[in-house]
Amino acid sequence: MANKKLGDTRKGDALLVPVVAVLLGFAVGSVVVMITGKSPLVMFNAMLQGLTGLNVARGSFNPRYIGELVIQALPIILTALCFGFAARTGLFNIGAEGQLMVGSLAATTVALLVRAPAFIHIPLVLGAGMVAGALWGAIPGYLKARFNVHEVVVTIMLNYVALHMNNLMILNVFGSVDRVKTAQFPQSALLKDPWLESITNGSRLNWGFVPVLIAIVVYWFVIEKTTFGYGLRAVGYNKDAAKYAGMKVNRNIVLSMMIAGAFAGLAGAVITTGTFSFGRALSAAEGYGFDGMAVALVGSNQAVGILLAGLLFGMLKAAGPLMQSNGIPKEIGGIIQASIVLFVAMKYGLERLISVLRLRRDKASALPVTGEEAGV
Amino acid sequence: MNLGMILEMFPIALMFGAPIVMAALGGLFSERSGVTNIALEGIMMIGAFAGASVTVVLEPITAMAPWLGLLTGVAAGMLFSLLHAFTSIHLKADQIISGTALNILAGGLTIYLCQILFHQQRTRAFSYGLRKVTVPLLSKIPIVGPMLFYEMYPTFYVAIALVVVTWFVVFKTPFGLRLRSCGEHPQAAASMGINVYSMRYAGVIASGALAGLAGATMVLTQDIQYTVTSIHGTGFIALASLVFGKWNPWGVLGAGMFFGFSQTLSYYAKDIKILASLPLEVFYALPYVLTIAALVVFAGKSVGPKANGEIYDQGKR
Repeated sequence: MANKKLGDTRKGDALLVPVVAVLLGFAVGSVVVMITGKSPLVMFNAMLQGLTGLNVARGSFNPRYIGELVIQALPIILTALCFGFAARTGLFNIGAEGQLMVGSLAATTVALLVRAPAFIHIPLVLGAGMVAGALWGAIPGYLKARFNVHEVVVTIMLNYVALHMNNLMILNVFGSVDRVKTAQFPQSALLKDPWLESITNGSRLNWGFVPVLIAIVVYWFVIEKTTFGYGLRAVGYNKDAAKYAGMKVNRNIVLSMMIAGAFAGLAGAVITTGTFSFGRALSAAEGYGFDGMAVALVGSNQAVGILLAGLLFGMLKAAGPLMQSNGIPKEIGGIIQASIVLFVAMKYGLERLISVLRLRRDKASALPVTGEEAGV
Repeated sequence: MNLGMILEMFPIALMFGAPIVMAALGGLFSERSGVTNIALEGIMMIGAFAGASVTVVLEPITAMAPWLGLLTGVAAGMLFSLLHAFTSIHLKADQIISGTALNILAGGLTIYLCQILFHQQRTRAFSYGLRKVTVPLLSKIPIVGPMLFYEMYPTFYVAIALVVVTWFVVFKTPFGLRLRSCGEHPQAAASMGINVYSMRYAGVIASGALAGLAGATMVLTQDIQYTVTSIHGTGFIALASLVFGKWNPWGVLGAGMFFGFSQTLSYYAKDIKILASLPLEVFYALPYVLTIAALVVFAGKSVGPKANGEIYDQGKR
């Protein structure tokens, strides 16, 4: 038994912490619901309905909820890829929100000003969003590489600059009628499709999921399978060692932020031309950036993890209106999400807790076979 | 632009500036102890919600309701910041992740509680917040009187007092020295017998108190009720003031007031010839752009606490 000690990690532990964090997050949510005098069962029923379209209490099925779930998950998966990509290079990119906004602004510009058939117009719109996001991400990347300015504060500030720049352009340049939205985009720029809407019973489901799936694959491929991605990860693990090994650390920092920004910019384009069909002036940030961060953290910055976590948080968002209509404030979704992030942040504490529990269990079960284990 | 207009702008700018300064001072305590606190925004939301709720409920009973609201804001902020302290100090969590979690949590929790307590997305509106005061005698001084002492929110004076107190506590007392040493080199501090854990707890809880006060101040002077956009990024402006003010109370005062003024300028821009042609959004974006510029200017010079944001590991040399 001597080789078993506190802090022992095993294969699969990487998965254990996020799963435990998610379960604890839901537990906290249930407790909050109970304290405020509502039934957690209603909450879970709404969530199940948001996830599968099935209403267990009434025995009905509505595919619209699945469509809405996907719609909610798409942008936060992309902002999670944005956060995750930079994180793998050791950068803390809180700027997904701003990169998303400039992306949607660029998409709006191209959608309104360019006249082209759909098969050209849509890639142009998405491309414009990605380029704008990449350039916005390049600013903190450059400042970090050139002046060693911490990216956290810069990206937070740039989020607000992007918000006001977006409003300035929408209100003053594109001439909004009601001071909220621009004119409708031409049909050729939209990801919307009546067929997708009809098979999901009138949800807002659109072709936006195609670029998102491609983005997930690209993320996985670049990070895990290319020399470039290896270089980025090396900078993330140990900047000095990477530099010593002859890697261009500063160039990698800027490039990583640009690619991260491109993911967020794509999210902006997908929202603007998929979920909506016009550019929007915003009174405040919509929280896609922070949601994405939560998704990336729960998904351990891995492509598959981000996909699953994105669907989970998409479900929390999609179930919001269902809970609201059952008397539970939809903000419980935000509370659960924040608790999950907090528990993931408590990784060290959770790991200790798990290893203590495991030690206790092992002691209890291993007593009769001590001799066998001692030989290992 | 004339003198009259400048005099008119002053009280408004100071109204905007006061909560920025308060929250930034909170950030100063936390970051001087070595814990990054990007949760200022979230703590302000909690403080604002608590302050507004208590004011609404106690209003019919006592005229002191807004002041009790401020105190509740302080208490709620402290309680909420404990969460950040516990995860980032005891559980060695990444301080930025923990702070972000608090920011998300604050938005969800306050509106959830609004729905439970008031059955709407916001608190009920209070009939009056803090009342303005005019300082006798001092307000009679020409120019300075109308600028600083006539029809002012008392919270402005609270903010000024807090700047002095913070300066004294952080730079002139043994406690302040210990606090700062934990933010510069916690291992060295520990070797001198300082309890790094409790110093950092003190720093974070102080930041909770001040940011909670800032939130309550903001809602009780600039709003009629708490909504999810009541704080609209002021916590992050406070963070910017902290950077801009080089983690020093007087610098923070200057930066906070400067940002207060730039916000006020957007209201008066239409009356000022040179500025009238600029869209309002330019003024809204100004503090953020300036902060980035300040960061670049300070770059390379060690102005911030050295161990800020670093997880305390006793074994590290």
